[in-house]
Amino acid sequence: MANIWVFVEQANGAPSTLGLELLTKARTMGDVTALLLGEAAADSMKVIGEYGASSVIHIDTGDRLPSAPTAAALAAKVGAGAPDLILFGQAYNDRDIAGRLAARLGVGVLSNATDVRLTDNGVETEHEVFGGAQIATAEATQGPFIVLIRPKSFVAEPAEASTPSMSILELPEPGASEATVTDSMVEEREGPQLGEAAIIVSGGRGLGSAEAYALVESVAKPLRAATGATRAIVDAGWVPYAKQVGQTGKTVKPDVYIACGISGAMQHLVGMKDSGTIIAINKDPDAPIFSVADLGVVGDVHQVLPKLIEALETR
Amino acid sequence: MKVVVCVKQIPDPATPYKIEEGTNWLVRPDDQVLDDTDRYGVEMGLQLAQASEGTVTLVSMGPNGNAQGIRQALAMGADKAVMIEDDALRGSEALTTARVLAAAITREGYDLVIAGTESTDGYSGVIPQMIAEYLDAPALTYATSVETGDGSVTIHRQTADGYDVVKADLPAVVSVTAGVVEPRYPTFKGIMDAKKKPVDNLTLGDLGVEPATSQKVVSITDAAERTAGQVIEDDGEAHQAIIALLEERKVI
Repeated sequence: MANIWVFVEQANGAPSTLGLELLTKARTMGDVTALLLGEAAADSMKVIGEYGASSVIHIDTGDRLPSAPTAAALAAKVGAGAPDLILFGQAYNDRDIAGRLAARLGVGVLSNATDVRLTDNGVETEHEVFGGAQIATAEATQGPFIVLIRPKSFVAEPAEASTPSMSILELPEPGASEATVTDSMVEEREGPQLGEAAIIVSGGRGLGSAEAYALVESVAKPLRAATGATRAIVDAGWVPYAKQVGQTGKTVKPDVYIACGISGAMQHLVGMKDSGTIIAINKDPDAPIFSVADLGVVGDVHQVLPKLIEALETR
Repeated sequence: MKVVVCVKQIPDPATPYKIEEGTNWLVRPDDQVLDDTDRYGVEMGLQLAQASEGTVTLVSMGPNGNAQGIRQALAMGADKAVMIEDDALRGSEALTTARVLAAAITREGYDLVIAGTESTDGYSGVIPQMIAEYLDAPALTYATSVETGDGSVTIHRQTADGYDVVKADLPAVVSVTAGVVEPRYPTFKGIMDAKKKPVDNLTLGDLGVEPATSQKVVSITDAAERTAGQVIEDDGEAHQAIIALLEERKVI
């Protein structure tokens, strides 16, 4: 039976949804050990057991930036008893640890995968390319295989209740690659997080200005929706990077996605085309966004959105 | 302070990308552009170097082509460029790219390495971290602000619901998000000066790196297409159609 490690990060006192998605997939492929980063609560152990891990390696780096000490400690453990496959999510700490660990072990990383299979030769992964219009299948033959999986690639589902065994990852003393987290700021946010929201309202360059992003926020508020953005307006500095939906941002799969002034560049489509229902408002009738929209409105966001906001607010 | 900025030339994202038959590699024309993401790293590097009377060296791997993308970054104000091109690097995986860049950075010497968080064409998203591991340096990632002073670097590191303040001693690697600074446009003088700036061309032999070959793309197939729905022209009442659909989906 394959031996699989799955990186799971604690978020707000519970295992992240992304981590649970990976556990759900991993338990169909072999025996699962969860690498749990963060302050572990007893409840988290129970949840991780339910999602299929038979053991947990707990990683608590305190105020040390996790990547360097975690990668060094995991690399030492890999040497002692190699896992066949290590799954990470395509997320901040995941990328940091996976990258350092891979370099330390001298093995490759398969990034942005949407599916993973163990084969006789090694591992096979699938990747959406060209905005999701095509699927590339990649193969790696030298393990342990390190794969980064895009969020929402699998649906998190609990299995039977079980209590995993737990051990603690011993971290090395700080060295030259050490960095320290000296403070942590939570930014005020209205509405739910992008990755968890049932409805997302996003804006693109068609808004015309940073100030017009307020229209997107005003549509989102009565819907209790999260707000997103295209790379173009993030690059332009209109909204922070955390809002970016797309290939180099977040992958989202809400029930409803409302695209305002978004043309539908490949970069953006790959991050949202699997949404339940897509509504798009754009001036250009030839915009690619209309080819994935369930309802497309050819019109000016500055005309349509204020009326939509008024209609939503008076309900 | 000696700043090294990792930059990449990519096929113009405004043009359709092509895949080479047989190898499944991205076709890279002679005429490539500077990855838009890298303009932020270059600008950050220029500002930090200027404040410390330092220098900015660009390091780039890939087919050089006509080097127009690198000239763009030199025209912004970088002092020199190191370009690594080798046939053996075609189709190389992230691990090899990171080893090559780390070797070139070591050869140049550095206090601070700056890179984007991911490239637009390959977007593996792990290169800065791998470079840091090869350099045995800290990787301060996803920076939305960067400050240096007293032999250390402090960043605001993007998190899911805000940011962390992260500090490390130099030398260090920093990856910057788009929007970390406002990139300058090259001036006419900058463009003229760029033509005279030193560009070192290196091969794998110069760096003593063997490429890894344990990964490949075995096939590329068409994905199932999502079918387009109804498209209406706004006649002043299009918001009603949106409301109706939201009601139908039971979200309002």
